[in-house]
Amino acid sequence: MSRNAATALLIDFGSTYTKLRAIDLERSEIIGSGQGPSTVTSDITIGMEAALADLEQQIGTMPDFKYRLASSSAAGGLRMVTVGLVKELTAEAARIAALGAGAKLIGTYAYRLTAGDIAEIENHQPDILLLAGGTDGGNDEVILHNAEALAGSRLDCPIVVAGNRVATDPIAACLGSAGKSVVPTENVMPEFNVLNIEPARAAIRKIFIDRIVHAKGIDRAAEMFDHVLMPTPEAVMEGARLLSDGTDNRQGLGPLLVVDIGGATTDVHSVASGDPTLEGAIQRGLPEPYVKRTVEGDLGMRHNAASIVEAAGLEMLLEESRLPESRFREILDLFLADVERLPDSEDEHAVDRALARGATRIAVRRHSGRTEVVYTVMGPATAQHGKDLSTVAAVIGTGGVLVHGSDPAGILAMACADSNDPESLRPRSPKLYIDSEYLLYACGLLGSVEPEAALTLGLTHMHPVAQEEHRHGRSSAAG
Amino acid sequence: MTDSLDPTKRQDVTLVTGVIGSDTHIVGNRILSMALEEAGYSVVVLGALTPADEFIKAAIETAADGIMVSSLYGQGELDCRGFRDLCVEAGLEDILLYVGGNLVVGKTPWEVVEKRFLDLGFDRAFPPGTRTPGVIEALDRDFAARAQGKRVADS
Repeated sequence: MSRNAATALLIDFGSTYTKLRAIDLERSEIIGSGQGPSTVTSDITIGMEAALADLEQQIGTMPDFKYRLASSSAAGGLRMVTVGLVKELTAEAARIAALGAGAKLIGTYAYRLTAGDIAEIENHQPDILLLAGGTDGGNDEVILHNAEALAGSRLDCPIVVAGNRVATDPIAACLGSAGKSVVPTENVMPEFNVLNIEPARAAIRKIFIDRIVHAKGIDRAAEMFDHVLMPTPEAVMEGARLLSDGTDNRQGLGPLLVVDIGGATTDVHSVASGDPTLEGAIQRGLPEPYVKRTVEGDLGMRHNAASIVEAAGLEMLLEESRLPESRFREILDLFLADVERLPDSEDEHAVDRALARGATRIAVRRHSGRTEVVYTVMGPATAQHGKDLSTVAAVIGTGGVLVHGSDPAGILAMACADSNDPESLRPRSPKLYIDSEYLLYACGLLGSVEPEAALTLGLTHMHPVAQEEHRHGRSSAAG
Repeated sequence: MTDSLDPTKRQDVTLVTGVIGSDTHIVGNRILSMALEEAGYSVVVLGALTPADEFIKAAIETAADGIMVSSLYGQGELDCRGFRDLCVEAGLEDILLYVGGNLVVGKTPWEVVEKRFLDLGFDRAFPPGTRTPGVIEALDRDFAARAQGKRVADS
């Protein structure tokens, strides 16, 4: 590899591994990959050096990378608490903004914070707190009350203030005089039912880059990269956005959905307007963002395997795995006891597949909008809550169980519409892809500097999977 | 004759409008919302098919001064039962509540219908065929009265 070739190194400081992808920018090809342990709790440079050594072994001489960009979900990810006024309105807008910034939500609060809430938040020790409440010119009492309560707390993380603009200056003064670090930005809901999450997202990302990266010790490896740009979930989201929208020169895949099945959570990202496609459907509730991310904290292949069973129903998973209950439970216990365990027998693969199908079905159902038939004196009318994803063109799956598992198409098919649940507005006939090289985060990072190369890289490496027999989402076993 | 609100003060008054319950008749409510906006009021439009609690939640978040409930399909009394209680529960004891439309089915005399809705805690009820200037006039008088510490203007 010549030292002058235009190359990029994309780094993911993950919670378990430090992962590297080396990319040839001219050909939009992967030159090589490297992996090391995640050592952020001791010294991040150890894992990074191991990953670099792994990469070097594959490709020989290391090129002089033009870019070395990183994302991070190490050290617990970007842990956030959000506070709003009405649960379904500004509290929800704050939640959407934090999720959109790639955060891991560890607490969400609405209305007035009580002494108990404050104690809980202090215990959570979030990396950032997002404080919202009130539309512009609307309620300012509650956000002022909450700011005072936070000012009197032991909390020492940065506080992003994104509520009623009338209250922003007094809040900044109140928190500032209490020694808190305050970042005021625009209201997440300036008018009733109008979302404005980009300014809050930008503020969160800036704090992440300026302070969290240092606070978590990631900058100890600063000589080995140029920038940590964003939390990894945000990088995946940006990758999805690029693959969907394309660039001026090259078309993307169109409206798409990403299902990211992890050990602790299942993330779903949609890049789609979600406007009603059913004639006469009346949109209700808070409008949802064009790029939407949800995190299902109870659906994870290892840490939260037991709650997948709870949510999907044991009977269904038994039927899917075709295993007797005792055997299924035995393997489930193995997974719960050893959260890094990879399946190494037919039976373990069968349990993994059943868990993944359950997690995908439930996570995508929660992410997608629903219709509800309302009976009026004029006859039935249809109300739509959330995003209509029925015309989504592509579903991309990522995560170990999809990449290394035995039946990625069968798992991803569970993201699709289901005739037994017609109210759920899930993709009707999307193309299914697997992110088999784990490149979505890399596309997101690279997209910030070389969008054309990043798009080509993504489009050529999303691996289509056969789906004919699974098109309708379920075998006879599914219910 | 009670005072009337100075039209330039209307922008300081936030009103929530919507059609309550399983009711899709949006036209009258839209005309009302547009007229209120044109008159200078700050209006939060919820539209058709709005459950009672959504009016309340919107009013909390926007610190609304009044809620204007429309009901056109004859089920208004059922939908509006407990509406004032919901407001009180949410800390909106004093919010001004108007209701209007085809509030009941059949030929009940208006006085009877009006009393029913006033008993439910609405400050004013408006019969079918009410024109928007009449509503705006009532609002102007009521908010002028409120500035003087009264609940509503004498009618």
